[in-house]
Amino acid sequence: MKTSFRLTGLAALAAGLLATAPAVAQELTIVSAGGAWQAAQRDAWYKPFAEKMGIKFNEQENSSTLALVQAMVQAKNVTLDLVTVETATVLRGCDSGILQRLDYKKITDRSKFLPGSALDCGMGLDVYGDVLAYDTTVLANGPTSLLALFDTKTWPGKRGMRKVPQGNLEWALMADGVPIDQVYKVLATPQGVDRAFAKLDTIKNDIVWWQAGAQPPQFLASKEVVMTTAYNGRIQNPIDQEKKPFKIAWENQIIEYDMIAIPKDAPHLDLAYKYLAYIAQPEINGKLGSFIPYGPVVKDAAKFVPPETLAKLPTAPEHMKSVLVADVEFWGDHGEDLTKRFNAWLAK
Amino acid sequence: MGRSVALPGAASVAPVTDPTLAAAVHRAARGQRLTALLLVGPLLLLLLFSFCFPIASLLGRAIYDPTMADSLPRTAAALQAAPDGVPPDPVFAALAEDLLAAKQDNSLYAVAKTLNSLLPAARSHVLRAGRFLQPGQPATRESMTGADPFWGEPDTWFAIRHGVQRFTTTYLLAAIDLRWLPDGGIGQVPEGEAIYRAVFVRTFLVAAAVTIATLILGFPLAWMLANLPNRLSGRLIMLVLLPFWTSILVRTAAWTVLLQKYGLLNDLLLWLHVSSDRFDLMYTRTGMIIAMTHIQLPFTLLPIYSAMRTLQPSQMRAAYSLGARPFTAFRRVYLPQVMPGVAAGALLTFILCLGYFITPALVGGPADQLISNFISNYINVELNWQMAAALSFILLALTLALYGLFTKLLGVDRLKLV
Repeated sequence: MKTSFRLTGLAALAAGLLATAPAVAQELTIVSAGGAWQAAQRDAWYKPFAEKMGIKFNEQENSSTLALVQAMVQAKNVTLDLVTVETATVLRGCDSGILQRLDYKKITDRSKFLPGSALDCGMGLDVYGDVLAYDTTVLANGPTSLLALFDTKTWPGKRGMRKVPQGNLEWALMADGVPIDQVYKVLATPQGVDRAFAKLDTIKNDIVWWQAGAQPPQFLASKEVVMTTAYNGRIQNPIDQEKKPFKIAWENQIIEYDMIAIPKDAPHLDLAYKYLAYIAQPEINGKLGSFIPYGPVVKDAAKFVPPETLAKLPTAPEHMKSVLVADVEFWGDHGEDLTKRFNAWLAK
Repeated sequence: MGRSVALPGAASVAPVTDPTLAAAVHRAARGQRLTALLLVGPLLLLLLFSFCFPIASLLGRAIYDPTMADSLPRTAAALQAAPDGVPPDPVFAALAEDLLAAKQDNSLYAVAKTLNSLLPAARSHVLRAGRFLQPGQPATRESMTGADPFWGEPDTWFAIRHGVQRFTTTYLLAAIDLRWLPDGGIGQVPEGEAIYRAVFVRTFLVAAAVTIATLILGFPLAWMLANLPNRLSGRLIMLVLLPFWTSILVRTAAWTVLLQKYGLLNDLLLWLHVSSDRFDLMYTRTGMIIAMTHIQLPFTLLPIYSAMRTLQPSQMRAAYSLGARPFTAFRRVYLPQVMPGVAAGALLTFILCLGYFITPALVGGPADQLISNFISNYINVELNWQMAAALSFILLALTLALYGLFTKLLGVDRLKLV
């Protein structure tokens, strides 16, 4: 009696499990850089898309995504569908043949993107600015331009800068008097490179180097530096959410795009394209700005960004007075040798 | 190194001289050897597939790069007849054909990237050639150099000649700041680019400094632990092991909290009036060595401790009773017997330090980055795995050479781990 009761119970349980077990949903695996930025993508894009398509997102975080993709492609076992990468590295992934060349017919008209944000292997996600940030309780009358990095007379103290040649060499040349539209032309010559490093030499002992985007706000909070270069969103979020007394100097900011790419042999290619097409719609592309102050890359998306957010974006008109747009092709050509020269310079 | 001191258990076995007896012993032992081999078989297979094979295949990348040879076969063949300088028309025609074919099968970018590693800025010239070359129109030296003077430079052809070789020493040479010169000799890289020799020296110096620091801290501590009553030493050893079980990343992050300018250590020094100024400990060599020493201490300490535990205290008493002064007894009786433990601990720490990555990245400054940080940059950022493999190769070779030297000096049979 007891046994049969148990059996009935088990059968009922099994039936219940079978009934509630969902149909196996397709899973889209995405690797992004984590932090506030991935959280913003999740709220603005992953969740609504997953709901709309009845799929699931398998989210991963990794900061050296391309190496991961290269290892997977070479092992012929790619499990990733979408990866986010920096503009500077998307070209390397493209050249190595580990990223899909995108078929924009499956996404949207390529001309709808801001210039330089729809690349062969990477589609722009958002616009961010490499800006200067400081703590107003430390510098009451802080600088308005990034060139203050090189002005140790007016602003003495340590300054945080990213430990890569990208950006720093450009600012060094601008501070040395090169007009913004000539920067990459000068930097393409050996004399221009020498000139940039000579300018960096003048502040070398005042620099504290950062590597991860989360470090600059920490540097400011721990008062390790008086000013630091940073991604604008990483500074705006503590200002908005934690009421930190940080301020951003926008003049001479460098504008860059975050990119999304599909690895070669991605398992769910069609679904990955559908996701790209989804976030390329203006009203969807503009939504990210409500969660993190990075601007849309689709031209018509600006009107879907709330006005109070719009003013915080790197692309707001008052922030666009003097900007440099990062040159992907230049860094594709010179990235490796300038990085080597930069590392040798650092080690001296 | 008192080699004359006999180690316990090191009594030599008398050699078997009788041939028939030797054969019998051999037969009898064969079964045992077979069983032993079967028992370690799985481990050997695991080592082969998860250790030897991947390492060999990665290191192979340092000298083998078929990208350009596969994509530019006609150029490679045509260049046989033109060993130096800017080659004549047939080579240009072959190159144009190869580049167009590479464009067809999407390998042009890979060619551009590989050539770019050998010759900065070559990438965009290769891609541009892919655009201006037209199928059906044979290219000549004049037409190609006319469209882009890059193709008329001797440097370009020097790089291509090196690039189309499947087996190359270019990366290995670059890993020790050397390069091939156009005249066929080997020379230094330009001064502004020389970096790796200094980094290798730095890596070995930092490893040596950390090893010495852990010995200075670890030896007396091990002695104390070995001579305390069992119950007390058991508890104290827990204090050593506890951080040992914590992740390296967590411990390094903890050190950044302690060492930073407005961190605990500086607060403490200020409060104690030791100094009126805050020290820069983060992003310095000193801070990095402090953090690494803390992490490595158990690795040095445990083998020493185990060697000291097995030592009979009566031996020291015997030395005293035979008239040795404390220092003589220590030097001639105690030290030679714990030396294998000291050597094992020091070697373990030294070799582990050579591969340090997280601590230099987080606590060290820009001039404190060790060779692993550069290898990781080539793997993760530059996607130049050839260069990463070349640097790894040099590191492995230096480490093995040092290990060989170490064991030769101390005797490998005397090395004794926990």
